[in-house]
Amino acid sequence: MEEFMNILRDIRPDVDFENCTTLIDDKILDSFDIISIITELNSQMDVAVPADQIIPENFNSAQALWAMVEKLLDE
Amino acid sequence: MSFVSLGFLLFLLILFILYYALPRRFQWALLLAGSLVFYAFASPKYLIYIAVTALSTWFAGKLIHDAYAARDAFLKDTPDITKEEKKSCKEAAKKKGRSIMVCCLILNLGILAVCKYTDFAIGTINSLFGTDIAFLRFALPMGISFYTFQSMGYIIDVSRGKYQAELNPARFALFVTFFPQLVQGPISRFDQLSQTLYSEHAFDAQKITQGAWRAVWGFFKKMVVADRLVPVVTGIAQNPDKYAGGYVLALVFFYTIQLYADFTGGIDITIGVAKMFGVDLAENFERPFFSKNITEFWRRWHITMGTWFKDYIFYPVSVSKWMLKVSKWSRAKLGTQLGKRVPVYLSTILVWLATGIWHGASWNFVVWGLLNCLVIIISQELEPLYAKFHEKCAFSNTRGWDIFQMFRTFWLMAFLRVLDVYRNVPLTFRMVPTIFSSKGWSEMFSGGMLKFGLEVRDYIIVAIALVIFLIVGILQGKKPVAEQLAEKPLVPRYLIVWILIIVILVFGAYGIGYDATQFIYNQF
Repeated sequence: MEEFMNILRDIRPDVDFENCTTLIDDKILDSFDIISIITELNSQMDVAVPADQIIPENFNSAQALWAMVEKLLDE
Repeated sequence: MSFVSLGFLLFLLILFILYYALPRRFQWALLLAGSLVFYAFASPKYLIYIAVTALSTWFAGKLIHDAYAARDAFLKDTPDITKEEKKSCKEAAKKKGRSIMVCCLILNLGILAVCKYTDFAIGTINSLFGTDIAFLRFALPMGISFYTFQSMGYIIDVSRGKYQAELNPARFALFVTFFPQLVQGPISRFDQLSQTLYSEHAFDAQKITQGAWRAVWGFFKKMVVADRLVPVVTGIAQNPDKYAGGYVLALVFFYTIQLYADFTGGIDITIGVAKMFGVDLAENFERPFFSKNITEFWRRWHITMGTWFKDYIFYPVSVSKWMLKVSKWSRAKLGTQLGKRVPVYLSTILVWLATGIWHGASWNFVVWGLLNCLVIIISQELEPLYAKFHEKCAFSNTRGWDIFQMFRTFWLMAFLRVLDVYRNVPLTFRMVPTIFSSKGWSEMFSGGMLKFGLEVRDYIIVAIALVIFLIVGILQGKKPVAEQLAEKPLVPRYLIVWILIIVILVFGAYGIGYDATQFIYNQF
């Protein structure tokens, strides 16, 4: 989990990933950030995020993102 | 049948009366019949194109539905299979769904490509190789880009399992042909539109009134502003030898206003008319000229097209296996910081190339798309500098700076958009720099601008309309103006609406040397 949080902080150091639950709804993350997160996850954690998983519910918070990563790792 | 015609108003009136007079269970079927009549009026031969798209997409959706249903039944009936067997079963169904989806995309995007881009390809070949291949001049069915993209979004979502396919072909046909959105979008998503498209709607006076107000506001933008500016825009753009310098700046400004009033006005009519039938369409604009940068502008302008490209091209390309390999390669060769930006920028270039081509079959639009992309990438690269600037300069957090940024974004977008109106790219690049010469300036201000069939009062009307746009835009920032209007007492509420109707009737531009029936985005 810490490795995952570091990836997020590295991409957007100005965002409070611990508490924010409206990363997409409040347009805090843009499409560039989303792709950066996905490529970092692939590069550092070997997780492939398919395009159909790029939905607001999976990217609105670090917790939701982590839940998606765990699900993808499980598959 | 154009929105801006008495025929359309009559059609709307008849459909509206029948819609609320007939038993509610027939409402969606009546909308389908009305939509087909509307489309048939554009030209009966076009019906075959939209019918092929609707039927082929429905059939593909049904096949995918059957494949996924068989998978679910198998998994339910054989609970004892291993995890690997389950995975393999899911993979097989997914592969089948994807194959059907790809076939559907090839067929429908193929129709779009043949209709829209064959002559563009022939023209390019002719100019590159000096050949003289005759143009084929295929018919371009009304709204083909819009209904094709809407249908393709549906089939991709169904294959992704985002929602169930619509099994009733007539109901699906309504999703594709729903008449208000046929002219120029918005590009709706099935899961959102179907919520109100197929429901039964009681006569809701408040919703109908708000829909009618929205449509009246759209007619005001289209007929009082957009159509009024057509002669000056075409006059300058089609006579580059006569009108250079100051005239080009006037063209840049007036075309942007024309496009804004035409497209947002058309969408206001679309959303308003749909609302009168109880159907909620997606918003396509969010006060675009209040944007402080080009990225924000594209989040607020033609929103449904932007999100379509993002969801169905940008993300899938960016996270594809091929792109992830590119990402790894670029990181190794260029270093982490630069390398990680390569896949994002490659996808961005692809999306903007597609956006340009979607807008029209000409190099003007391709260059326009790529210039937008260039500005976005430069802005992205300069982001750290902006951050430092905001940190160091206190005035960058003031309202005045915000207004400056909006002003800058307006002109940036306006200059890029001038590629729409000149005959070709070299001519555009030749004409724009003349703004900085002395050509045309003195002539412009000594009656030159009155040569296009517009009088001083026309420019005053446009200026007053711009002030109204600004006020409405500011009010819109709080909540939808129709809702604010509904809260006003009866007399001022209806006074405002009737003044708007009278203004349209008195000051609407009717046939002074242009075709008032065409919306600019109707051609896309």
